[in-house]
Amino acid sequence: MKKSLTTMALGLTLAAGPALADLTIPDLSYRTGPYAASGIPYSDGYQDYFTLINERDGGVGGERLNLIECETGYNTEKGVECYEATKGQGALLYQPLSTGITYQLIPKASADGIPIHTLGYGRTSAKNGKVFEWVFNYPANYWDGASVAVKHILDENDGDISDKTIALLYHNSAFGKEPIRTLEELSEKHGFTFTQLPIEPPGQEQKSQWLQIRRDQPDYVILYGWGVMNPVAIQEAANVRYPMDQMIGIWWAGSENDVAPAGARADGYKALAMHAVNADFPIYDDLQTYVVDKGLTAGAGDQLGSVLYNRGLYSAVLAVEAIRKAQELAGTSDITPAQMRDGMEALEMTEERMTELGLPGFGPSFKVTCENHGGDGLGAISQWDHERGTFELITDYMQSDTEVLDPLIEEDSLAYAEENNIDLRCQ
Amino acid sequence: MLYREAGDFKTSYAADSQTFPLRLDRWGYWIILAVAVFVVPLVINDYWVNAIFLPFLIYAIAALGLNILTGYCGQVSLGTGGFMAVGAYSCYKLMTSFPDINIAIHVVLSGFITAAVGMLFGLPSLRIKGFYLAVATLAAQFFLTWLFNRVPWFYNYSASGQITAPERTLAGFRITGPETQAWATYLFCLAFLIASAWICRNLTRGAMGRRWMAIRDMDIAAEIIGVNPLRAKLSAFGVSSFFVGIAGALFFAVYLGAVEANEAFGINKSFLVLFMVIIGGLGSIFGSFAGAAFLVLLPVALKVLGSDLLGMPTDLVAHLNLVIVGALIMFFLIVEPHGLAQMWRLTKEKLRLWPFPH
Repeated sequence: MKKSLTTMALGLTLAAGPALADLTIPDLSYRTGPYAASGIPYSDGYQDYFTLINERDGGVGGERLNLIECETGYNTEKGVECYEATKGQGALLYQPLSTGITYQLIPKASADGIPIHTLGYGRTSAKNGKVFEWVFNYPANYWDGASVAVKHILDENDGDISDKTIALLYHNSAFGKEPIRTLEELSEKHGFTFTQLPIEPPGQEQKSQWLQIRRDQPDYVILYGWGVMNPVAIQEAANVRYPMDQMIGIWWAGSENDVAPAGARADGYKALAMHAVNADFPIYDDLQTYVVDKGLTAGAGDQLGSVLYNRGLYSAVLAVEAIRKAQELAGTSDITPAQMRDGMEALEMTEERMTELGLPGFGPSFKVTCENHGGDGLGAISQWDHERGTFELITDYMQSDTEVLDPLIEEDSLAYAEENNIDLRCQ
Repeated sequence: MLYREAGDFKTSYAADSQTFPLRLDRWGYWIILAVAVFVVPLVINDYWVNAIFLPFLIYAIAALGLNILTGYCGQVSLGTGGFMAVGAYSCYKLMTSFPDINIAIHVVLSGFITAAVGMLFGLPSLRIKGFYLAVATLAAQFFLTWLFNRVPWFYNYSASGQITAPERTLAGFRITGPETQAWATYLFCLAFLIASAWICRNLTRGAMGRRWMAIRDMDIAAEIIGVNPLRAKLSAFGVSSFFVGIAGALFFAVYLGAVEANEAFGINKSFLVLFMVIIGGLGSIFGSFAGAAFLVLLPVALKVLGSDLLGMPTDLVAHLNLVIVGALIMFFLIVEPHGLAQMWRLTKEKLRLWPFPH
């Protein structure tokens, strides 16, 4: 059996071969399993934008974008398999949409020289470009998220939260544990009491944690959840009558799928946002004309305008802008992964550029530099309006507490550099 | 005709009791071994090693381990994932505490640590059997993964709770870390698999294996003829966990490089290894290999066939994969409850007579 498989797959790799003179971008998506509800809209948005660029502009700088989809099921083993299967085909950039897979890929991709972009997830200390040459996490990261949430709580309480209790309800994985250090530091700085409630992945079972919340009545609950965990958490919150406007989800716990099952009881639920959360943008007209009407949507075409679709779209926009920048810097349209990395490091997103792209005010302006791979760390708060069936931004973009975060990032990234004998760049 | 014993004379006890009594089998064995050791490393690349060979080799070691416990000694265990986690975390702690020591030694030591933990969790087997023992080992599974997630000492207080394998070498070649060569990791795991299979084969056909099988077949009768159930069961737990621990250490250090206890060593892993043992064949060394190959290769093959060759949507392929693997498992269990190993045995019987059956 093994032999016949070997020959079959060998023939296959020869037949498929690297598609020359195309810009290859793998999409490690997950449309199955307990995280599918979050993975499908993201992947649809991500792929649809590349389709739009191909159909409308004929690619970037004359090169068509070649997208390879690979199903991971949010499983790290399959993620590694997908990475190995696609990296030989000239992959320019990986966006795995999974913190677990990101941790796997950081050392591998750094060794292979392929950039990774983790938009609002992944390893926070990768913001330090001096250590992480190949990893980018602009425009904001998990720690920014935690800090912006606390900032919002401060604003609501006129700057004094020393008598408040904030509970962190988190996915017990690398993803959910990320904000703990930050919240501990912030609790020291602002004097609030910080409690932790881990939920075992995938998170369908949260009864005991919510009983504890009902008993202790923390003033705020910050939710770091993903996939099936989010709707369960919001339903449980409604069941124990926890006030929705005192819950703040990370941007991964703020999509329509998460609030829909709780119905009207989810009205007023708050979540962080790092970009616009609706479809009021000129680019949607183009998507309709070039992608939807031609029947080229990646999925069923029913996700347009949802929060996570927008996030996929945003990831793709930033990828395409980085490709443009890379082509400009390299002076050639057929760029290599190393040139792509240079492009990402020189990326500058301005309001003007976003308007040109048909996305005025979609996300904050930011600039990537050699030292700073994480952008500025701006986040806003959105709130679910059940009547209208949409999330609405209720604050402006706020700057995270860099005074607290910068030393933490420095410390964590330098520890990584020391462990792995990395020489600091950008000196 | 093709496969016959005629002319294959045995003139000593050793020749009579060897693992492969037929000359053709012996040749096949040596040829496969030679190809695996000398040819495969020359042609292997990153994709082949990471998508197919490493998972196959490592799961085969885990299946060998579980087969000793479940197949030979008759004690059902659902704690394989937890014991693999013990192997992985001991290997991590050893690697980071003693960076100068050879990685191969760390892997073997992780096996011994897991053996100790396995014997501890094997104690209830002296009192309880069958389903009840399965539940007790299930408790081990949940307790161990919870422990590794809960106590920061195990993951060296890293912010994410992940453990990441630092770069370690063997005789100057990188075995762990991101910059390994495909052939080096392959040969490293292959060496462990060959050694494990050799040890298992020789243990199971010796006095110890006979005691295990006596306990499996009827524990009261075994006790009456002088088998000490305490020793037999605990040694089975110990030996089994040793191999499972080695598999866990290799899984973490060589294959994935970074793991989370819940995600990598959850209950799914226990079931996966148990399915490998059941599909491959309980109480068979070959069965462990066949079961691991079946469950590692089939999903990859279906994926290559579905999304790369036929161009189907990836989610459809992933769902079909579940359906087909599930259906095949049922098919095999109905047609041949003793697994792939028994099918292979029957094929050999038939081949001896072919083309002139009675």
